[in-house]
Amino acid sequence: MSVDAVTVDGVEGARSGRHAAPEQVARRRRGGGREQRMVPDAEPVSYYGQPVLNRPTWKSRDIAGYFFVGGLAGASSIFGAAAQASGRPGTARVAKLGALGGVTLSAAALVHDLGRPSRFYNMLRVFKPTSPMSVGSWILSGFGPAAGVAALSDLTGRAPRIGAAATASAAVLGSAVATYTAVLVTDTAVPAWHDGHKLMPVVFGASAASSAAGLALVAAPSGESGPARQVAAVASLVEELSLEAMTRSMSDEVGHAYHEGRAGKLLRAAKACTAFGAVAAAVAGHRRPVGVAAGLALLTGSALTRFGVFHAGLASADDPQATTGPQRARLAT
Amino acid sequence: MTAVEPERMGFFTDTSVCIGCKACEVACKEWNHVPDDHQGLTGFSYDNTVGLGANTWRHVAFIEQQRPVDVDREGMRWLMASDVCKHCTHAACLDVCPTGSLFRTEFGTVVVQEDVCNGCGYCVPACPYGVIDKREDDGRVWKCTLCYDRLRDDLEPACAKACPTESIQFGPLEEMRERAGDRLRELQTAGIDGAQLYGDDPDDGVGGQGSIFLLLDEPEVYGLPPDPVVCTRDLPAMWGRAGLASVGLLAGAALAFMRRR
Ligand code: SF4
Ligand code: SF4
Repeated sequence: MSVDAVTVDGVEGARSGRHAAPEQVARRRRGGGREQRMVPDAEPVSYYGQPVLNRPTWKSRDIAGYFFVGGLAGASSIFGAAAQASGRPGTARVAKLGALGGVTLSAAALVHDLGRPSRFYNMLRVFKPTSPMSVGSWILSGFGPAAGVAALSDLTGRAPRIGAAATASAAVLGSAVATYTAVLVTDTAVPAWHDGHKLMPVVFGASAASSAAGLALVAAPSGESGPARQVAAVASLVEELSLEAMTRSMSDEVGHAYHEGRAGKLLRAAKACTAFGAVAAAVAGHRRPVGVAAGLALLTGSALTRFGVFHAGLASADDPQATTGPQRARLAT
Repeated sequence: MTAVEPERMGFFTDTSVCIGCKACEVACKEWNHVPDDHQGLTGFSYDNTVGLGANTWRHVAFIEQQRPVDVDREGMRWLMASDVCKHCTHAACLDVCPTGSLFRTEFGTVVVQEDVCNGCGYCVPACPYGVIDKREDDGRVWKCTLCYDRLRDDLEPACAKACPTESIQFGPLEEMRERAGDRLRELQTAGIDGAQLYGDDPDDGVGGQGSIFLLLDEPEVYGLPPDPVVCTRDLPAMWGRAGLASVGLLAGAALAFMRRR
């Protein structure tokens, strides 16, 4: 059946047709394939197979990239404070510099996505707890300076008291920076994001911890690497298990976005990197080259996880079934 | 009228009398200076723009359905419906907007303040109906204002004014709900099975829509979500989870670093 043919032969039946029962609707896959299917009325349908939602306009390099560098910065701040308190100055310095670098890149990514630096100031016009982006902007504007002061004081050895206070506040704010982005993505109508709202903070938090451990393994003195190796092993495991549990908790219509297409590829690569990094970290001991390899793999794995989750959301927003299917099922019960 | 607290205003779009003339689309563009979108036909019947977006604030959907008329005869019916922003009672776009650009007007409608919007784009994936979108050239978001400027001058919205069949009706939301209910009963008495109201229930996932619709088939057929829920409903739980994850991060790091030298 082609749409045109229906138009032509349908004109006469238009009026009387209203009383008749089960109809069939032409359904066309997005992407404009020639193929059309007749779907019985009982199945969820959509308007010419078009998405119900508007696709997120966020650019993946900016926003998924921000999730990664922001997570790295937040968790590194925690590392910085913990390493300093436990007498590991080499690790503390690397972590604090990593946090400063991460938050600088974060700001650059966010400003790039907005288009103009001045637009970021509008974020600080109001404080809105109902907007994770507003909350996040305020957290970041406290975190950035704290991470900066902590790193500078560590480098120069000046103002140790202020440095210590900044280190502590950066750690606490950093723990929020590492997880609020999960709330940011799940507080949307995008099914593959929203339906993961219970576990996404765990996925993001663990992914952030594993990237911070990765950075410490790459750049901190290997004599101090014990805690980083422990965190690497535990966080990687939690990251992969919570991601698995999150996608499993979703209906098939929604969860498949994590297994197919670009998201599927990214997440499979993420899993391979993270698993390699965890094992290498576990066996590295104080051997530096193994530690560096582990660290690089963990950093890559964490970044790939964020890009994978991001692309799963885009695919899910494009898929009308992911939106309407679970809603229809809810109405039927 | 603007001096005293006005009633909540809204649309009732009765798709059963829509003739697909697109006068609403044109009137909206003219009044609101909305740039042109897609010119030419999409191939989806007489649809031009496929869905709502930054440059389409009213969208007329065309659905051609083949269905049996008699035992031995296939017929066809043509559904037409003019879609618009739902001006939700619990509006996700408004909730997530970090700048306060989206606000609720004295008429109970949801409007973007273009001078405040910074183009963060959060409202776009927050809207469960796919209404609001970003203009690529200016980087800000746009959607139906329910003719806020006209309402303040005691005029009805441009689309409702232009609609020749009264498919688009405008007035106090309570009255719109009553009219919708009456019309539904009329159609049901006439034996039209698929007729149903959309968005009229104040207990639904968005607290009821400010634009309600009478449809002749399931919402999905028109590209509408059958049971949308405002994403911020789960927000307190989300903050709770994120808080726990943060504490877990701090505790985990403390454990790893403090245990042994
Ligand atoms: S329909 Fe979408 S854009 Fe309109 S008020 Fe509701 S959430 Fe906002
Ligand atoms: S794009 Fe504009 S209107 Fe939308 S959430 Fe951001 S600041 Fe608010």
